[in-house]
Amino acid sequence: MPPEVTVDKLVLRQAIDDLNAAYAACIDADRLEDWPAFFTDPCLYQVVPRENVDAGLPLALIRCDSRGMLADRVVAHREANIFGPHAYRHLIGRAHIVGEDGALVEARTNYAVYRTWLDSASYGETVLYSVGEYRDRIAVSAGTARLVERTVVVDTARIDSLLATPL
Amino acid sequence: MTSTSDIDTSAAARRHATQVPYRLFYDQDVYDAEQRHLFRGPTWNFVGLAAEVPEPGDFKASFVGDTPVVLTRDRDGALHCWVNRCAHRGALVCREPRGNRNAHRCVYHQWTYDPAGRLRGVPFRAGIDGKGGAPADFDLARHGLQTLAVATYGDLVFAAFDPAVEALDDYLGAPMRAALDGIFNRPLTVLGHTRQYAAANWKLYAENVRDPYHASLLHLFHATFGFYRSSQPGRIHMDPRRRHCVLESWPADAKAEAARLAAEDVTSYRAKYTLADPSLVTGRPEFRGLQILSVFPGLVVQQIQNTLAVRQLLPKGVGRFELVVTLFGYADDDPELTAIRLKQANLIGPAGFISMEDGHATEIVQRAIADRTAAESVVVMGGYDAADRDDLVNEAAIRGFWQHYRELLGERVGHAPGGDRG
Ligand code: FES
Ligand SMILES: [Fe+2]
Repeated sequence: MPPEVTVDKLVLRQAIDDLNAAYAACIDADRLEDWPAFFTDPCLYQVVPRENVDAGLPLALIRCDSRGMLADRVVAHREANIFGPHAYRHLIGRAHIVGEDGALVEARTNYAVYRTWLDSASYGETVLYSVGEYRDRIAVSAGTARLVERTVVVDTARIDSLLATPL
Repeated sequence: MTSTSDIDTSAAARRHATQVPYRLFYDQDVYDAEQRHLFRGPTWNFVGLAAEVPEPGDFKASFVGDTPVVLTRDRDGALHCWVNRCAHRGALVCREPRGNRNAHRCVYHQWTYDPAGRLRGVPFRAGIDGKGGAPADFDLARHGLQTLAVATYGDLVFAAFDPAVEALDDYLGAPMRAALDGIFNRPLTVLGHTRQYAAANWKLYAENVRDPYHASLLHLFHATFGFYRSSQPGRIHMDPRRRHCVLESWPADAKAEAARLAAEDVTSYRAKYTLADPSLVTGRPEFRGLQILSVFPGLVVQQIQNTLAVRQLLPKGVGRFELVVTLFGYADDDPELTAIRLKQANLIGPAGFISMEDGHATEIVQRAIADRTAAESVVVMGGYDAADRDDLVNEAAIRGFWQHYRELLGERVGHAPGGDRG
């Protein structure tokens, strides 16, 4: 169905696209400490293989249901977990608004993440690391847009090496 | 401790088990010999959980080594496993990862098989107008799919190419059966799958899961957040042939723990942080501690807190493996317990707080031997033999793995490990 066009909707989509651009910049510039602030508290951030979504199975690769859990992921990333040094580059498509319920907007947005190794053995080598879709519920109010839920449905269900940095 | 009388303690055997030539991780001939004589030889290979194919007609595509196979359940409820390669001219018969059907039709020329792999139909078998078709002596019964022996233990389904393989119960051995009985004792519910692809030889992961020594040194999550682990009591139990490994650890008594903490100086202990949201580790009492059960060659059953999972280790070429993890709970779990299992799944899998390092560890070994070095590793923690241990600072089960590997493949891979060059 072709979408209905209204000025309100254009403004709304612009707000969500801006949110996504800032989200990508935050992760790609390795400002992970700022990442939890993109979410409400409580929230739901989960990375789910498409295989499970298709089969109706609930298992996620990452599942955080509070800002505290997001912050713990960041501390673990910085202090505990060991993985090859790398950088991400997110390419995020235009938000597709699929529903609105008062101040809560539902959107679906394609993403691709390229991963570049920064380690001694493979410095500068880039691979297409993950593609999929953000299935979001976003609280939009005057001045802010925050993620109430971001379910990352990962087409690339076979994770290359490991998943340390959020998508 | 079990007796060590059945362990070969000669100097040559000791060298074989304690010095592993890196060649075994990069040599294509070794890989080919493993496919033929290990995965397609007298070994039981995990292909799925019975709960993944609960209904008549259910099927699941899987692998034994790098051979594609399909696990099926027939109308009578019996399980079958066949090579996913058409008896006609070799096409994949089953092209979906899982599903339900009672007739498997190859798309190329529509030869059709039943769930047991028997050939049921050949189009134009009698030709058209008396021309063409199959020869008059063509016998459907002689052109079924290649089938594997199938056996189950609890919900675990295994398949074997070599019909001379010992009975599954004997293959597993008493310590492994006892551990599995503690997990597979009632109906399961599958909660989902994760897949991980690592640029490393499969045996580097087989070593990793038999290696309690690395647990507190490589995985720093527990230490970082103040859940100290390295001096936890635990043990390693093996079958008489040392091919499998039952690795268990359980919480230390609090006083002994405090004394040890005071005495130890381990860099991984630095509890500077606490979890902002401790709900991650708030589980429910269910098991005594932690269990990592490695069944030769490629199955790991794990119980970590309230997470229960099987990991299927699949070789994907000499320098690659895939790990397919299936998380499960029990059919009688209440919704809260299911939620706990799903939340604690943050600990395991490719993004797991206490598991993501394992894939990386195997990959940095593979990268470091990319020059096809003649060097060997040193596997001597806890001594030279592969006897059971009542501690977690040893590599006994790794030596056990290589001891059995040599029994299976020995000369075919140059008397591996250790070789005869020394
Ligand atoms: S290859 Fe399968 S029917 Fe011909
Ligand atoms: Fe590990």
